[in-house]
Amino acid sequence: MEKIPILKMGDFLLVTVQVDLYDRLALGLESDLVNMIRKYSSRGVLIDISAVNIVDSFMGRILGNIAQMSKILDAHTVVVGMQPAVAITLIELGLPMTGVHTALNVEKGMAMLRDKLFLTEETPNDSDNN
Amino acid sequence: MITINSETINIKTEQDAVFLRNRVSEYANKIKMGLVNQTKLLTAASELVRNMLRYAGGGKVLCEVISQSVLQTGIRLTFIDNGPGIPNIADAMKDGFSTGKSLGIGLPGAKRLVNEFQIKSQEGEGTSVTILKWKNG
Amino acid sequence: MKSLSAQLLPSKQVEILDIWIKLQLKNEGLRSDLMSNDALKRESEELLKTILEAIRNDDTTDIKGEAYDKVVEVLAGISLSRASNGFSPRETAYFVFSLKEALITVLEKNIAEPKELYPEIVKVNKLLDDFGLITFETFIKGREEVILRQTSEITEISTPVIQVWSGILALPIIGTLDSARTQVVMENLLLKIVETESTIAILDISGVPAVDSLVAQHLIKTVAATRLMGAECIISGIRPEIAQTIVHLGIDLSNINTKASLAHALRTAFSLLKLEVRKVGEYSKNTHA
Repeated sequence: MEKIPILKMGDFLLVTVQVDLYDRLALGLESDLVNMIRKYSSRGVLIDISAVNIVDSFMGRILGNIAQMSKILDAHTVVVGMQPAVAITLIELGLPMTGVHTALNVEKGMAMLRDKLFLTEETPNDSDNN
Repeated sequence: MITINSETINIKTEQDAVFLRNRVSEYANKIKMGLVNQTKLLTAASELVRNMLRYAGGGKVLCEVISQSVLQTGIRLTFIDNGPGIPNIADAMKDGFSTGKSLGIGLPGAKRLVNEFQIKSQEGEGTSVTILKWKNG
Repeated sequence: MKSLSAQLLPSKQVEILDIWIKLQLKNEGLRSDLMSNDALKRESEELLKTILEAIRNDDTTDIKGEAYDKVVEVLAGISLSRASNGFSPRETAYFVFSLKEALITVLEKNIAEPKELYPEIVKVNKLLDDFGLITFETFIKGREEVILRQTSEITEISTPVIQVWSGILALPIIGTLDSARTQVVMENLLLKIVETESTIAILDISGVPAVDSLVAQHLIKTVAATRLMGAECIISGIRPEIAQTIVHLGIDLSNINTKASLAHALRTAFSLLKLEVRKVGEYSKNTHA
């Protein structure tokens, strides 16, 4: 069965969706990601959807689910690289995905995850030493 | 209104849905539909195909390229299934209403994405949904 | 037995054309600035030839008949080109109606008996009136196409997206925001965000005459789409009366970053990007203090 690969990079998990999603593929990604977060105690998840042409209500919901589930497991999720046409369509569809953090590209998404991690673990001493 | 091209695609599995998407996108490119309108049409189609698979176990989709005047061409998709039908269409068209475990924005959302939307359903007989998206509009 | 006009007119093509052209040239509304006499002559000759051909083959006055297909086509082509070249409806109509006059003149000259002449004139009248209607219809259609093209051009050029700083875009919206325009605005803005990797977009609505609940909804949608892309959106240029209407209409903009002026929005954008604007020299003074 087709699967979307998940890369582990230190504290983060990296997913680049290179094919158009269909329901079973998206569901598989959801469970794989949750299992990986648990296994590696990951602190952040970055999902790059720049190659995805269509996000409908089901796939939008999966992305929202992933964000919520990883939150429960103490990991932040950032969705990056959404195409303009996809963003406009999601809004028209009525799915503003308010619970999901977004960033323009992988670079900005990684910076966002690092920021979040840094902020949650920040103590006065730490910030002085760094 | 003239139909320029028409084709019927059978839908039985999720893979057929992917095939349908590619086919519709080919037609949309052929009539030079803009990217945003194309994405809206494909997303609406994706919603309707999912409903078809989930509630009726499949069906067929009629794809048509239609033309109204020199300037206005578009794509019309008709989703026909022989499923259980929708008992109350008014309810089904409401945001947030779902008999399954979904968000309940499939049908009303699809309607917002296209220029024309028609739904007919007979309980026990099946459902037919027609959507139309103009190239510019 | 063919009617008199069907027998007579085709043989008089040169004469008819001559009278017709003279009538057109005599007309005060002749637009020699838009069209040369040669071109006018060519057009007239082409149309007359097809009309006479049709009359010879089909003696009825039903222009839906097969014989008249070509005439309708030529006529529509001429009206369309006149519409897009800026001719007035009167000038375009005169083109067809002067032909009527020419045809009738020729009929009068060749048929002496009033009893025979009358039905032929009625026939020619009916035919040319129908041609006139086609001319109107296609002329208006041609104008509509011009309008449609201009509308899309205006929407294109009236939504400029400006990069005001590295990472900050500004989009002044001028005029009414309907759903078609919102889509163009959104698309231009989002594409520019991707292109310039900007994280902040300022939507300035100083040029929007009124904000009703529909316009507000379009603004909210644009903000939401920008956020989906991973950028933040600030709405600026809100005049006091617009703030009043927004509250009176019960529109909720609490989730949206709004600022009174573009300058304020820019300041907010700077602080979001952790940038500061200072007068030269102030910096050193502050650090020494």
